Amino acid sequence: MIKNKEYLIKRGSSEYEVIIGLEVHAQVLSKSKLFSDSPTNFGAEPNTQVSLVDAAFPGMLPVINEFCIKQAVKTGIGLNAAINKKSIFDRKNYFYADLPQGYQISQYKDPIVGEGSILLDLPDGEKKVGIERLHLEQDAGKSIHDIDPQNTLVDLNRSGVALMEIVSKPDLRSPDEVNLYIKKLRSIMRYLGTCDGNMQEGSLRADVNVSIRKTGDKKLGTRCEIKNVNSIKFMQMAIEYEANRQADILEEGGSIDQETRLFDTKKNETRSMRSKEDAHDYRYFPDPDLLPLELTDDFISKIKKEIPELPDEKKKRFVDKFKLTPYEANILVSDIETSKYFEDVIKNSDIKLATNWITGELFALLNDRNLEISESPISSKNLSTLINLIKDGTISGKIAKTVFEIMVNESKDPQSIIEEKGLKQQSDPKEIEKIVDDVIKENPKNVELFKSGKDKLFGFFVGQVMKKTDGKANPKLVNDILKKKLN
Amino acid sequence: MSDIINLTLSALINKIKKKELSSQEITKAYIARAEKSKDLNTYITTDFENAIEKAKKFDEKGNFDYKLPGVPLAVKDLFCTNNLKTTAGSKILSNFIPSYESTVTQHLWDEGAILLGKLNCDEFAMGSSNETSFFGNVESPVGKKIVPGGSSGGSASALAAKLTPATIGTDTGGSIRQPASFTGTVGLKPTYGSCSRYGIVAFASSLDQAGPMTQDVSDAALILDVISKYDNKDSTSVNFKRGDYFKSLSSNIKGKKIGIPKEYRVDGMPKEIESLWQDGITLLKKLGAKIIDISLPHTKYALPAYYIVAPAEASSNLARYDGVKYGYRSEGENLISMYENTRSEGFGDEVKRRIMIGTYVLSSGYYDAYYLKAQKIRRLIKNDFDDAYKSVDAILTPSTPSSAFKIGDKTDDPVSMYLNDIFTVPVNLSGLPAISIPAGKDKNNYPLGLQLIGKAFEEQNLLDISYSMEKELNFKNNLQDWWIK
Repeated sequence: MIKNKEYLIKRGSSEYEVIIGLEVHAQVLSKSKLFSDSPTNFGAEPNTQVSLVDAAFPGMLPVINEFCIKQAVKTGIGLNAAINKKSIFDRKNYFYADLPQGYQISQYKDPIVGEGSILLDLPDGEKKVGIERLHLEQDAGKSIHDIDPQNTLVDLNRSGVALMEIVSKPDLRSPDEVNLYIKKLRSIMRYLGTCDGNMQEGSLRADVNVSIRKTGDKKLGTRCEIKNVNSIKFMQMAIEYEANRQADILEEGGSIDQETRLFDTKKNETRSMRSKEDAHDYRYFPDPDLLPLELTDDFISKIKKEIPELPDEKKKRFVDKFKLTPYEANILVSDIETSKYFEDVIKNSDIKLATNWITGELFALLNDRNLEISESPISSKNLSTLINLIKDGTISGKIAKTVFEIMVNESKDPQSIIEEKGLKQQSDPKEIEKIVDDVIKENPKNVELFKSGKDKLFGFFVGQVMKKTDGKANPKLVNDILKKKLN
Repeated sequence: MSDIINLTLSALINKIKKKELSSQEITKAYIARAEKSKDLNTYITTDFENAIEKAKKFDEKGNFDYKLPGVPLAVKDLFCTNNLKTTAGSKILSNFIPSYESTVTQHLWDEGAILLGKLNCDEFAMGSSNETSFFGNVESPVGKKIVPGGSSGGSASALAAKLTPATIGTDTGGSIRQPASFTGTVGLKPTYGSCSRYGIVAFASSLDQAGPMTQDVSDAALILDVISKYDNKDSTSVNFKRGDYFKSLSSNIKGKKIGIPKEYRVDGMPKEIESLWQDGITLLKKLGAKIIDISLPHTKYALPAYYIVAPAEASSNLARYDGVKYGYRSEGENLISMYENTRSEGFGDEVKRRIMIGTYVLSSGYYDAYYLKAQKIRRLIKNDFDDAYKSVDAILTPSTPSSAFKIGDKTDDPVSMYLNDIFTVPVNLSGLPAISIPAGKDKNNYPLGLQLIGKAFEEQNLLDISYSMEKELNFKNNLQDWWIK
């Protein structure tokens, strides 16, 4: 990981610092849309989740979905932000085929959530990133240009779906910080249950504002906005490209035009979409179909009571109570499902072993198979049992790995695997003594060499015993007995 | 037959309830008269066959306890009606058939009323003379080549010509009261938030309000009983305790305090309007009311503020008519040219004018100077009324600064057309209820109306005052049926 101060763009003798701000569009987790009761299911047949309101039929009126308001307030609390008791829905006017009303209902001057912050865990310490605001708005539909060669088709399923636009302050300084920021934001919203954070399904996407300035300069440079980037990797690539593009221009004595750009994922470059002069005049004005939204103290305090333990608090608890390192705690709390899994496992088993097995074997497996922890082939209960079997000496750590693999493939509990496959550790001293005696009898030469001082041969004897027991002999007993017999 | 069409709505209902008249007889009488009155051009769409069918069903097994049992009604073509073309007087919706019903019309049918058809109006309710309709102008029965007012011109004309026993219109800046005044009928704009806007083609959302247009005040109370209901599908609908308007009607207004705003005495107001107003004052005194001179100091800013706020909202409300989803479409080489062709061909001049004004006043750099300032003025005007209502119960003004004018007289001069709304727009900007009742005639024998403006949600008070005045005024249109063929 690159440290924050180290991400600089170098051109000759100049060094440029990169200033990044994000406008994240997060889909509110909600069964119905922001202003209508149509469902929000992803991947439904085109135009099957559309009401007369969503399609903007004459005389149709928006009615606020209270649940979406709750979700926005919840998210605001999770971002340590000020909740505005009065907010206003405005119309953002522009024409597009997939915008049925001819305007998007959004919040402009008076958003529902004000300033807040997010804590990032950088390798060299924590960093606070400011949140400027969070506001609610409707999503547009989708224009599909590649099905019919003659026509553009429009799917209005997404039209009217509630989005939270979360605007950061220009506090980010590198692609890595952007990565951490998005992951942290996503984590908080998943803890809260306010956004599923699914980037493949477009539940989380961002407009990325990038500017550069010479190190030491106080004044911000002119920024470019890269629209609608839908993965962290693309955000990072786009920033990298854009910062370098801007540095090239400045180095040649040019100046940056404030403009909106698009990131071409195939060519890995940003392209101008429209300049400041061509910027839309959205003619924002308060939507006369909706009254100002006023929240009562009671409404807000009820939501406050529903806020679960969030990643920062959970991390602190894991460090304090379970004696995890901050690094381990971070890994385990970053995803709410992982933290739940972890806490399930340690209910009945050793914390240290559980931490190692989850962050080691289990993560490797999930990574390998590209699975979420909720899809893990090994249940928390079975992992807990496995750890207890190691702890009480029934199996060795090495055998446990074999059992783990069988558990993955056969989805059985570890106890029955050990019994079926006879993998139980041999811990009977008399049995092991017998085998040790056999090994000594069969290798007189090596016994002699060992006794004459070739200590390294001890490993050979251990190996021979393990071989005869298919690796099941309790290693500690084998060691003790061998030492006794050979000396 | 002629007996039927001369009955008021409440008289008709009495006869139906007593089974002296059947729904079919009544429905057929109105249809027959409409067939002979086509020259007035009041209807955009008729639904006569269905109406007779429904009347037949009502006569067979209808519920006579309904408030509008088997009563045929035609409504302004701004209300969306399930399965029946709804055009808003525009080419752009000339082929639009809704799959849903407006809340207000649904309330009518739920009380037993039967839809006769859809009445002409100014395009998207933008106009004061019903001359902007794509379906042609409407003639008023009060005189040849005379406008019925607008935008609910078709409704006013049909009502005055006795083609429907009552009707409903919408009022954004006077669109119920001004045509009522021009045609010698009663028009009530209820308090903003009384009647649901759900399913009404929107013009200016913060001003639009549906209301009754009737032959007399008690009919207005009766219709208001049916259509004024809280609706959770309209976020601006207000859940207040509605009165039992028709039953509670009282002509005793002794001791009521009526305000006379000096700012309504505008320059160039015809003498006959001035004396109409004076006669109204004298009458109220006679009825035992107390007359109090009041001031509404920001009145002169109301019209300019209205012509900023209403077009601003309209420019956004009408963005949905883009040829993509429904309505008229004119193909183009690409999306932008399809938009341009569709909207250039689909909208008429007045609508385009207001879209342009609205777009302009909301543009960055102009927003503060126009839209924001207009909103501030709007608040000042509301404050004026609030102050006045500390000392009065209602306010009396003329409904319009002139009587009905000739078709074509003002079409080339939008500003003089807009000036027609000078007494009605402050009411919409303040969200207050107001009623226009016929109170006299001008030298040409064209009707003139008086407007009573009330406190928010106090429609009963307005109805009582106008009810008591109506009894004394004893206004009669005495139309000669010159348009009948």
